[in-house]
Amino acid sequence: MSEFDHERPVDRRSLLIGTGLTAMAAISATVAGASNQFIERLLRERFSELGPERKQQILDDLEREYSERYGRSVEVADTPPMDGVEFGYGLDLSRCVGCRRCVYACVHENNQSRNPQIHWIRVLRMEKEQGIELAESNAYYEPAEVPEPDAFYLPVACQQCRNPPCVKVCPVKATWQDADGIVVIDSDWCIGCRCCMSACPYGARHFNWTDPGIPAAEINPNTHYLGNRPRPKGVVEKCTFCIHRTRKGRYPACVEICPVGARKFGNLLDESSEMRYLLREKRVFVLKEELNTRPRFYYFYAT
Amino acid sequence: MIRDILSFVTGSARLALKGGRIYHLWLVGLTALFVWGVTAWWQQVTGGLIVTNMRDQVSWAFYIGNFTFLVGVAAAAVMLVIPAYVYDWKPIKEIAIFGELLAISAIVMCMLFVLVDVGRPDRVWHLMPFFGSLNLPSSILGWDVLVLNLYLILNLAIVAHLLFTAYHDRPYSHRFVAPLLLLSIPAAVGIHTVTAFVYAGVAARPFWNSAILAPRFLASAFCSGPAILLILFQILRRTSSIEIKEEAIWKIAELMAYAMFLNLFLFGAEIFKEYYSNTSHLIHTQYLYSGVHGHDALVPYAWGSLACSVIAFLLFLFPATRRNLVTLNLGCLLIYTGVYIEKGIALVIPGMTPDTLGEFYEYVPTLSEVRVGAGIFAAGFLVFTLLCKIAIPILQKDSGPQPATLRS
Repeated sequence: MSEFDHERPVDRRSLLIGTGLTAMAAISATVAGASNQFIERLLRERFSELGPERKQQILDDLEREYSERYGRSVEVADTPPMDGVEFGYGLDLSRCVGCRRCVYACVHENNQSRNPQIHWIRVLRMEKEQGIELAESNAYYEPAEVPEPDAFYLPVACQQCRNPPCVKVCPVKATWQDADGIVVIDSDWCIGCRCCMSACPYGARHFNWTDPGIPAAEINPNTHYLGNRPRPKGVVEKCTFCIHRTRKGRYPACVEICPVGARKFGNLLDESSEMRYLLREKRVFVLKEELNTRPRFYYFYAT
Repeated sequence: MIRDILSFVTGSARLALKGGRIYHLWLVGLTALFVWGVTAWWQQVTGGLIVTNMRDQVSWAFYIGNFTFLVGVAAAAVMLVIPAYVYDWKPIKEIAIFGELLAISAIVMCMLFVLVDVGRPDRVWHLMPFFGSLNLPSSILGWDVLVLNLYLILNLAIVAHLLFTAYHDRPYSHRFVAPLLLLSIPAAVGIHTVTAFVYAGVAARPFWNSAILAPRFLASAFCSGPAILLILFQILRRTSSIEIKEEAIWKIAELMAYAMFLNLFLFGAEIFKEYYSNTSHLIHTQYLYSGVHGHDALVPYAWGSLACSVIAFLLFLFPATRRNLVTLNLGCLLIYTGVYIEKGIALVIPGMTPDTLGEFYEYVPTLSEVRVGAGIFAAGFLVFTLLCKIAIPILQKDSGPQPATLRS
């Protein structure tokens, strides 16, 4: 069962929080001169444990807040995983030209901070002579033209592991794997301890070192609670396979933008999907297989 | 009973505030340093952790390094508790309470270092058992929260009971204190082991992912904690009426020599494995000791730390130098420096340099981070000073009339 469907009536914990912490919060809020909303925020329970009405109320509040902040109507959905769907990703290394269009499409689609820049996709330039050698790779290549004759490119983002080390280490259950395999973060619950960033072998988790700077005109108003809604400073964020799109049957932005068709996406449980075809007909590998993270992100060489 | 507690609290407050000019200057100085740190922290809260030099590549650094070092200091109280209470060795039994006071101060500092490191200090209550959503049993940091709090509560209970009964001229309850003391021994080992597991359990970071990390943590902690205590004992001997026997100091120094030997041996074992097998994981150790591609910010610290530890080991190994107060104190300073660098800088940073995708981001702390750190150390010293100031006269009461306070 996904944590999404999890409902719980008012229990002992809520009562304890209500009575015990309200006093503390009231004092601190008075000191800080803060509003009722501040107290409400401070004491809010984990989103995934709330009932549907309370969830809707929070989503409405968030929509109002974001719409006000960015001066346009922002939608915050919490579309649950689809039944019988487990997403998988394929990346054809022989096609990737290292243009980084995926990087910036992702930044825009997922409302990543522009200043400082946060990139969920890192494209690593590899020397052809060396093969895949992370220690010798360079993410900051700036040639006049890509692809360069002596290089190939390895884009890396969240590998949506079946055995995610980041989820295991989180001390507050702010991150988990949903039924469709997407590893998500509740950015209203994350405390910003960055254990998950230590634990991730793929550098896929990113921290908001300050308030994300996103120009109002560039905001993507089509958002998901567990994905690309605007994040506050002090929390961790990551790729969610464009959860706001893919749970409605669309492709992730990086797949759509790729000019050479190096990026594949589909349902691993559907025998007729492109992903199943790829696993059947091509020879795939995963990054750092020795760590037993069992990624749903497969690399292959089609030609 | 309530009246007894009230008189104990007010009496303690009076003891804490009473003192000469130097004592008050010391308190004012520490408070000023603390405020200097708090103002830096406030900038961090309002502006975000961007005021530090931590980034996605090196996402834990100075704060977590200090936290790790101080967990070791806190654990070192058992170096006094074991000889004092398990072996009933009298010279150390008389001073064992200072180990507990140090443990309390160190844990307070640990908690502050975690608090300043998290991105959302307003949400730390999510870590509280029952109230929050502590991710047990899978999160090692979750376990660390539990054992650190348990260890703090144990030490607070022991110290409060001993001081409360002594204040009211009653004998302390052996049935209350003995089990707590015995429990504090595995708890001390526990806080350091669990903290080591926070690192050792991370397969993504081969520099940390080592089975001997926990034993190394314990060995180095059993040197660094007592190093602080030995210097404090000499200060207390001069500034208070407390008597600290030479044999106690020598015995602790001898135990430190064994711990340092173990620390160096385990270090050597790790170094052998890294260099002889010469896998791609060696790059972190190379970054630390020789630099890679011109990135060599940590190299002088790494060698400095090793030199400090080796020289200190030799000073503590030979009875002649560990019984000479000058060389003993030099050894303590060297151990403190050596282990502080080893835990604070040479563990966390090379573990994340290069990052998991091979990028080198060379981290050095900002002034803001140093200010916050200095503020936390000031808070720790303040707590320790006040606790000692309260404890010493209370514990000295039964040895005769109270000595007159120094005229200022």
